[in-house]
Amino acid sequence: MTDVARLPRRRDRVARPGTHRALWPLLALAVILIVDGMISPNFFAIRIVEGRLFGNLIDILYRAVPTALVALGMAVVIGSKGVDLSVGSIIAISGAVIAWRIHAGDPHFVILLLALAASVVCGMWNGLLVAGIGIQPIVATLILMVSGRGVGMLINLLYGGTDPSFESALLQGLSTGHLWLIPTRLILGAVLFVALWLVIRRTALGLFIEAVGGNAAAANLAGVNARLVTFAAYVICGLMAGWAGVILTADTHTSDPVSVALYIELDAILAVVIGGGSLAGGRIYLGMTVIGALVIQALTTSILISGLPPEYNLIIKAVVVLFVLVLQSDNARTRIGQIVSGGRR
Amino acid sequence: MSPETPGQARVEMRAIRKVFPGVRALDDVDLRIFPGEVHALLGENGAGKSTLIKILTGALLRDGGEILLDGRPVDVRSTKEAQGLGISTVFQEVNLIPSMSVTQNLTLGKTGGRFGMISWRRARAEAQAKLSRLGVKIDIDQSLGSYSVAMQQLVAIARALDDETRVLVLDEPTASLDADETAALFGIIRDLKAKGIAIVFITHFLDQVYEISDRISVLRNGLLVGTGPTSEISRQQLIAMMLGRELGEVESAYAAHRKTGEGAEVLTARGLGRRRTLKPFDLTLRAGEAVGLAGLLGSGRTEVAKLLFGAIRSDSGVLSLEAGPVRHASPRRSIVAGMAFCPEDRKAEGLIGELSIRENIVMSMQAKGGWLRKIPRADQERIADEMIRALAIATPDAEKPVSQLSGGNQQKVVLARALASRPRIMLLDEPTRGIDVGAHAEIILLIRRLCDQGLALLVASSELDEVVAASDRVAVMRDREMIGEIASGAVTRDNIIRMIAGKDDGRG
Ligand SMILES: Nc1ncnc2c1ncn2[C@@H]1O[C@H](COP(=O)(O)OP(=O)(O)OP(=O)(O)O)[C@@H](O)[C@H]1O
Ligand SMILES: [Mg+2]
Repeated sequence: MTDVARLPRRRDRVARPGTHRALWPLLALAVILIVDGMISPNFFAIRIVEGRLFGNLIDILYRAVPTALVALGMAVVIGSKGVDLSVGSIIAISGAVIAWRIHAGDPHFVILLLALAASVVCGMWNGLLVAGIGIQPIVATLILMVSGRGVGMLINLLYGGTDPSFESALLQGLSTGHLWLIPTRLILGAVLFVALWLVIRRTALGLFIEAVGGNAAAANLAGVNARLVTFAAYVICGLMAGWAGVILTADTHTSDPVSVALYIELDAILAVVIGGGSLAGGRIYLGMTVIGALVIQALTTSILISGLPPEYNLIIKAVVVLFVLVLQSDNARTRIGQIVSGGRR
Repeated sequence: MSPETPGQARVEMRAIRKVFPGVRALDDVDLRIFPGEVHALLGENGAGKSTLIKILTGALLRDGGEILLDGRPVDVRSTKEAQGLGISTVFQEVNLIPSMSVTQNLTLGKTGGRFGMISWRRARAEAQAKLSRLGVKIDIDQSLGSYSVAMQQLVAIARALDDETRVLVLDEPTASLDADETAALFGIIRDLKAKGIAIVFITHFLDQVYEISDRISVLRNGLLVGTGPTSEISRQQLIAMMLGRELGEVESAYAAHRKTGEGAEVLTARGLGRRRTLKPFDLTLRAGEAVGLAGLLGSGRTEVAKLLFGAIRSDSGVLSLEAGPVRHASPRRSIVAGMAFCPEDRKAEGLIGELSIRENIVMSMQAKGGWLRKIPRADQERIADEMIRALAIATPDAEKPVSQLSGGNQQKVVLARALASRPRIMLLDEPTRGIDVGAHAEIILLIRRLCDQGLALLVASSELDEVVAASDRVAVMRDREMIGEIASGAVTRDNIIRMIAGKDDGRG
């Protein structure tokens, strides 16, 4: 009917969504790194020391892995119009399971599976509360957020809890080791990213989660099993947090439920949002979420090397995040555009 | 109140331009609306009608042109500002707050300023008064979302009727209303007209155009095709202006199609019902046959379709498909069993606005196939493009978020999704809500053609003509009860009206 083909395409004042979504987070990352380069001359140098890569860029990637993994799971849950505040507690629980089973003398690859299984159970718990009972996601996951670290401490008590530290070639290899110059956790992170991407994008699960997040009633009437799909989102999020728990626990050689990964849920949510995700749900951007996690880690690292007192850390982080978010908002951008161009009344 | 209204226009829009990515929605459109006239704004789906009135009412910013109110240039930048200028609007998609009560929806943001604090007693009285002008009697303390689309539409209209209104804009207000509510609305429109209010009225019902409007403007592809007094434009001329072609003989083609044959029974409901929702009813759907579902607003049409589909659980009776009785019906099971359902409320229950046209179209198909076997992207694109062509959905491409389509084109996407899942039983609730005259005829034809291919159809509609045109048999609803069936051969408008009215006579 409408013969759209002959209509001239408008000159790109509004770029196609695909391009401008990635633009601002990438730009923010670039600006942070350039500022770093100006502050510290050798910032971009990468050396090989004792058979592995060293340098600030590698360091940022290395430290970003746990946050990025948690953020990827968070992106899935947020896509379903939910949120998972309990990821820090899930990390604490999976860490406690590792220390406990190592003291019990299990084979270490079994311990890895047990830790991940524990995180899946945590995800199922959240999924049950949200999808099964219908509790609002913030409240539902708050329950595990508050109680999870206590559960971790109870697990430590199972073997007396006097010395939760441990050594494990397998787990520490995964976390702090390296393979062909490259830190193993980067490889592990990449593998998990690809695996998650395949599950989300190569099956219809991603589409279903986005449908439920966008309009649950409509998705249901279109034949999508909204409850099951929501449940799956929390299980995926739990599992991703579990992997982060393995990396963080092996890194510190100990189970420390009280303080491991404190506030990681906030960094994860921020990473998702910087990556263009909306808490209103309906879209999952996995790649952009990783960029979001890198922005956050690059900021933290830059504040460290800049020599500013660490008290500034959170404030600067807040300012930069606010800046990126404002730039991302279409509304704000049009306003700013109007002001800059003299403002069409 | 002569059609050739002279003098100062209440609203004058000059050379309005609006461009969306890939679509020139409005191209130098002029529109003048005079005090005391009802101005019908017409055009195909996607012609730009809603866009034009959204610009007038501050919901969208224009890219060019100017707006004068009583001769003074104004710059309306928000609906709030528009209200301040006396421009009230009922938008095409109800944009009230479903979780709030009817009272709150009718009074919030309207009384706050004057009284400083909200007096709920006063608000309720005001709400009651507004609704009674439209002859609507509902519990105003219930949440708005618990009512049907039609009722929500009436509440939106009631909200817009305000004493300070100087311009009233109605975007397809009657799309889901029955004759009675439409008549009540027209009564009010005539009152307002007499008070010198300028009224813009968008609709796809040509009868209503001739009944109520004084002048007509027609848009096509974002261009103004013409403006003139209603009395001087014939129906045929009007259709030709809207479509850019003649409608042809489609309307008579489907009447000849009527079936009497007995196909296999593919769905039977025996005593199916639910307390306080629907009295138990019997219904049989046969392959190759379309059953109409007629009845007044709130008579239970939607509920019948939803019960059959499993979107509402029944608490009595048996539903059987070819494979046998259905236990634990649910939308997903129904779809897997070969059913498809088009809900009447496309915004709340039909579409996932953020997702693309393609993703919306393949959703049911994908749900049917299961999450593991994702339909390859190339196939998705092919199916989406086929549907866009078959239903003439006006869009630059299949990747556009469905929320950015015009109302009628969104409705077509709901239909496309049902069709794409290749169902054997289709339950359509108000399938042509907001669809233009040209596409309307084609969709009725499509329904007939699907029947010929052996589909079983249920068509629930508030438009009697549509029910008559589309169906072989008609089941009639009243007061949440199926009161009877009109057999094939006897399906006429009059017979349906008589049956709907029938019992009333008996009761006195
Ligand atoms: N927010 C938007 N973003 C992009 N394109 C849009 C947007 N809103 C409308 N359009 C496009 O502008 C054109 C005109 O749409 P509009 O809603 O004005 O049509 P309409 O005449 O009201 O049609 P209908 O009878 O179906 O309601 C359509 O092609 C539509 O896809
Ligand atoms: Mg419209």
